[in-house]
Amino acid sequence: MASSTPKATEERLQQIRQAAAEGHLHADSQTHPRIQGHDSYYGLPALKPPTWTWEVPLYFFLGGISGVSSSIALAAQIFGADPALIRLSLWIALVGAGICPALLIADLGRPSRFLNMLRMFKLQSPMSVGSWVLVAFSGCAFLSVLTNELVLHGHVFFALIGLRWIGEASAALVGLLLASYTGVLIGATAIPVWSQNRRLLPLHFLVSGLGGAAGILELAGFLIPATHFLGFVASGIETAAEILFEFRKSPADAPLHRGRAGFTFLISGILEGPAALGVRLLWGSTPTGREAAAICFLAGALLSRYAWIWAGRASAKLPDDQFAMQRRKLQSREPGVPSKPRVS
Amino acid sequence: MSEMVKKAAFLTDATICIGCKACEVACKEWNEVPADGMDWSGLSYDNTKSLGASTWRHVMFLEQPSVAGPQFADTQDPFRWIFLSDVCKHCENAGCLEACPTGAIVRTEMASVFIQPDICNGCGYCVVTCPFGVVDKRPGDGRAFKCTFCYDRQKVGLTPACATACPTQSIQFGPLEELRERGKQRAEELQGRGYSDARIYDPQESSVGGIHAFFVILGEPENYNLPPAPEVPTTYLKSAWSSALISAAILFAIICVGFGLH
Repeated sequence: MASSTPKATEERLQQIRQAAAEGHLHADSQTHPRIQGHDSYYGLPALKPPTWTWEVPLYFFLGGISGVSSSIALAAQIFGADPALIRLSLWIALVGAGICPALLIADLGRPSRFLNMLRMFKLQSPMSVGSWVLVAFSGCAFLSVLTNELVLHGHVFFALIGLRWIGEASAALVGLLLASYTGVLIGATAIPVWSQNRRLLPLHFLVSGLGGAAGILELAGFLIPATHFLGFVASGIETAAEILFEFRKSPADAPLHRGRAGFTFLISGILEGPAALGVRLLWGSTPTGREAAAICFLAGALLSRYAWIWAGRASAKLPDDQFAMQRRKLQSREPGVPSKPRVS
Repeated sequence: MSEMVKKAAFLTDATICIGCKACEVACKEWNEVPADGMDWSGLSYDNTKSLGASTWRHVMFLEQPSVAGPQFADTQDPFRWIFLSDVCKHCENAGCLEACPTGAIVRTEMASVFIQPDICNGCGYCVVTCPFGVVDKRPGDGRAFKCTFCYDRQKVGLTPACATACPTQSIQFGPLEELRERGKQRAEELQGRGYSDARIYDPQESSVGGIHAFFVILGEPENYNLPPAPEVPTTYLKSAWSSALISAAILFAIICVGFGLH
């Protein structure tokens, strides 16, 4: 859209007058585009693209890692793993819980009003649920780090051990919500590429968080069988997802295969999936190989979040695809039976 | 919603509109909506292009090759020229209202959907949950804006600015059921006069559950960027949350296997 200052408008008018004078414009002989059949309105977008800035995909990435990290800490505690690994996992969760709110507040149109997020709790709004989940996660992550540090420093009381279990268990539970709700957040929108993938997105985001958290632990030197196993599972599931996304022919998926979003999606899918899995299979016996696989996965997981947001922007600008999908749905629906809200 | 409350509605009729854009101007003036740029679109007489944070009425100019009914222009290369003033639909089940995490978006006593500018913090979630692509964040301001249904005018018994300014009564304002009936009758009347593709756009069969701004149009709804089957995104919540909870349980089991076996 051109600038609205009078000077810019005047300059633009001057350009048009010049172009007309040079014979490029013949208003009376030019045929305007015609709208026929089921055409959209001159192909102009019928949805508004997401306005979220760079902070939001980064938040999806970090929130996923810190959320799953606290689950790793709990599982490690239950099965008596290395206390140093538990300690690091809890700290990753806490650091993530510190950065994430800052990213979200920076993205707000009115950052000073961030507390309005906590004016109410709305179950039907994933944005509201997510805000509360993040607040709860910060509290639980802080409690678990605090109690764990006290225990490690020799304060071994029954009550403190109990409090640590409560902290770790609640952080793990809320952390899983934090790592998965972002999939629901974009899945429950009017953007076709997101809403049509709403069943896959939470799993996709959780597995990205799992591989990312395990990868950070490996890079920090915990080259134990457990992190190797988690790295295998995460890159294995992502490989399956990559194959599904690339070969499934869903009309809503078009933005995942075109343009900047499509290119980023392909690269991120290869990094998270086949590349990370292949490196782990071939060179997983060496520390360098495992670190390389971890870096591959982390890079893919980060890129993938950006690819999803960019795909959403592209999806909003495809009105003809959007309407064609709606018509197919209308035809398959039983006539006279309205679809009810809050079902499916 | 109690039956005591009178639901207000718009009925916008494409077959009466003359494309003067008085509604766009009146809306901007009354609501003090800032300018949002000017560019030549090359698409008939429409240089507004779409509804947005600073465009709450948008007059569309459709040029159609079909000439069902006698409304056409240019005898050399005849086409049917249609104008329609688009506006927020004030849905019965409004995606923006359901999604708003702060409670800034509310249902008014006139049953319209209103964004309270003193509460909105610009999270942008309503932008992607509107199935009609109406709400948007205003650059520079940061908050989300859309048609207020002239809530302030309605409060004191005045008709919304756009309907007041409309010189042809293409934009009618009144009680919801009365206007819905009038719209249906108008479409039937037009069909009787040879406009075989006249219809009322009022997706009551969809999960949106009906809208409070209907349109009498010629041709397909898609031609006006009106979705043929709009869905309120809350219908996706159950399947998305189920997937999230099941996936989370599986993921935790995998992590336990990882630490339990090794």
